[in-house]
This record gives sequence, structure tokens and C-alpha cells, in this order.
Amino acid sequence: MTKDPLIDYTLHLADNALVLGHRNSEWTGHGPILEQDIALSNIALDQIGQARYLYQYAAGLINSSTTDRGAYPAPRTGEATEDGLAYHRDGWDFKNCLLVEQDNGDWAKTILRQFFFSAYQYFFYQQLAGRKDGELAAIAEKSYKEVSYHLRWSSEWVIRLGDGTEESHRRMNDALDQLWRLTGELYTPSSYEKMLVAEGIAVDLTALQPLWEQRIADVFRQAGLTVPALGWQQTGGKEGKHTEHLGYLLAEMQFLQRAYPGNEW
Amino acid sequence: MEKNQNTGRTAWPLWEIFIRSKQGLDHKHVGSLHAADAAMAIENARDVYTRRMEGVSIWVVESKYVHASNPDEAASFYDPANDKVYRHPTFYDLPDELKHM
Repeated sequence: MTKDPLIDYTLHLADNALVLGHRNSEWTGHGPILEQDIALSNIALDQIGQARYLYQYAAGLINSSTTDRGAYPAPRTGEATEDGLAYHRDGWDFKNCLLVEQDNGDWAKTILRQFFFSAYQYFFYQQLAGRKDGELAAIAEKSYKEVSYHLRWSSEWVIRLGDGTEESHRRMNDALDQLWRLTGELYTPSSYEKMLVAEGIAVDLTALQPLWEQRIADVFRQAGLTVPALGWQQTGGKEGKHTEHLGYLLAEMQFLQRAYPGNEW
Repeated sequence: MEKNQNTGRTAWPLWEIFIRSKQGLDHKHVGSLHAADAAMAIENARDVYTRRMEGVSIWVVESKYVHASNPDEAASFYDPANDKVYRHPTFYDLPDELKHM
């Protein structure tokens, strides 16, 4: 496996953005109402756009890397590309958090997943924009504006659903039961994050956690929802140990490029 | 709230959307959409009508508050203006410094 933590870190960020973007894109054409279908599709496009910048950067790092190139599939051309990284890696190569790969469930689950992750990305990109790696900092600065809107949109929905009808409140609590145990991973640094924090490249996640918790508490208070105790938390996604949901997602997302490598529209 | 004819479920009210573009001086009607309240209407308008950088300002008005002239009265409303060309401000030259006229 590779020894370059910056490549792993960049792929981790790219995978987060791509996987959640793909999940949200599954709603396109199925949204509860046309306007929200478009809103969520816009968010999906923002995230896939962020993923593209990050994969392009990762591909460049891989191609100029002297460490084991075999750790990254580079089909056909022999060069790593953004498409190769997105479509030709297997589940255990993906380094996204478990939260973003969870199935869409109902609207409440999709909203809560987005809210948890947008609140994380909001503070994360803010910090990353001031870190030492110029490329990552630039991507973070651009993405921060997009994520600010995602956070605003998902916060309002959490409040509407939590403080809405009996049914919407119940559905939010069901979603909370399913997703809460996956939020701890956001603040559990992986091996490559630990290495890069010391170099001033990666964001220090322990500093982020209280900011995230405060934001969740603020919105939950308005939504009439109760923040659960931390409890047991499932981790592993950042190191390639995923839940059963990722495989199904990749099977659909990667099918075309796996069946017809290099195919174009 | 109105009942949706297709689903029988309660539908969100309709809103009329007005957008002011970067170059424009006034808000222009761009269309309508559904939203639960004004705040959501503004967000929906942002997502539906400003995806291609069309706007810098959004107004929303719930459609039920828009009162319209009656098309049946069009003849008495508009035809009398037809032959009164002197009402158009075209009989004097505008100075070049005057913009947006």
C-alpha cells in the first residue's frame, strides 16, 4: 500500500464528496416536490464538483509519486485520472466516512445525513482553507461557500421536520436512531490524518468536534429534537472498512465504466 | 391549504418569483413555484431560477395576493390608448448622459 498520507487524505476528502453527491443524485427525478428535487440535485452537483477537483489533485499527486503506484488503479493510459480514481477502485479502496454511504431511506434520513455532514464540512473547509497545502486550501475556500448553503438548507429542513407534524417528528427520530452512531467517525482521525495534522496540512478534528456539537444542539433545539448521548460509535470507513451499503452504490455508479472502460458520452 | 388534485394531499401554496439581475434595475417576474412559506420560497427560487447566475436579488409574493386585470375588459382597458401617440415621451431628444430610459 501507499506510504504517502497526502494522497490518502485527498482521496478521503474526494470520496466523501463523491459518495454523498451520488447518494443525493439518486433523488433526482424522485424528490417529494419539484422544487426540492432541484435543490437536492444542485447540492449533489456541488459535491460532485468538489470531488472532481480533489480527484484531479490526487491523480496529479499519484502520477508524480515515487511510492508504490500499484496501490492506485490507473486503467488504460497508465496514468491516474479523476475518472479512474472514481470508477476503477473497489470498496476497500474508498476512504469515505460511513455516514455518507448510508442509503437514502426517506426524506428525513436524507435530510439528517446531509445536515450532519454539511455541519461537519462547514467547519472543516473553514479550517482547511488556512492549512499549508495550497491546492487543498484553494479547493476548501471555494467549497466553503457551497457548503454554507447546504448547511442552511438542511438546517431549515431539520427544523421543519422535527417541529412539523407528528409523523415528520417520528421520522426524524427514526433517522437519528440510524445515523447518530456514524457521526463519531467524523472526529476520529485516521492514520493518515494523524500524520498530516502534525505537518499543518490536515485539519485537527478534535478542535472541530465542539463546534459541530454546538451547531447540532442549536438546530435540534429549534427542531424540538433531543441530542442523544454519544454512545457507541461505528468507525472504519476512512480506512476502507465500510458498511454493506457502499458496495451497492459502487455497483451502480461504476457499472458503465467497468463494463466499457474509457467509454464517453 | 389547497388539496392537490392528483394526490389528494395537502399542497404547498404557490408563489410568484421576481428576480433582479446584475445589470437590471428592477425585479422581473420569472415564474412561480411551490413552497411552504416565504423563507422556503426564496430558497427554492434560488435553486430553481438562479442556477446560471441570473440574479442578485429575489422577491417572492404568494400568488393569492396578486390581483390581476380581467382579460374580458381588455378592450375598454387598453384600446383607448391606441390612438394617443402624444402620450409617448418621444417628442423630445434625451441628453446622452441620461441612462436607463
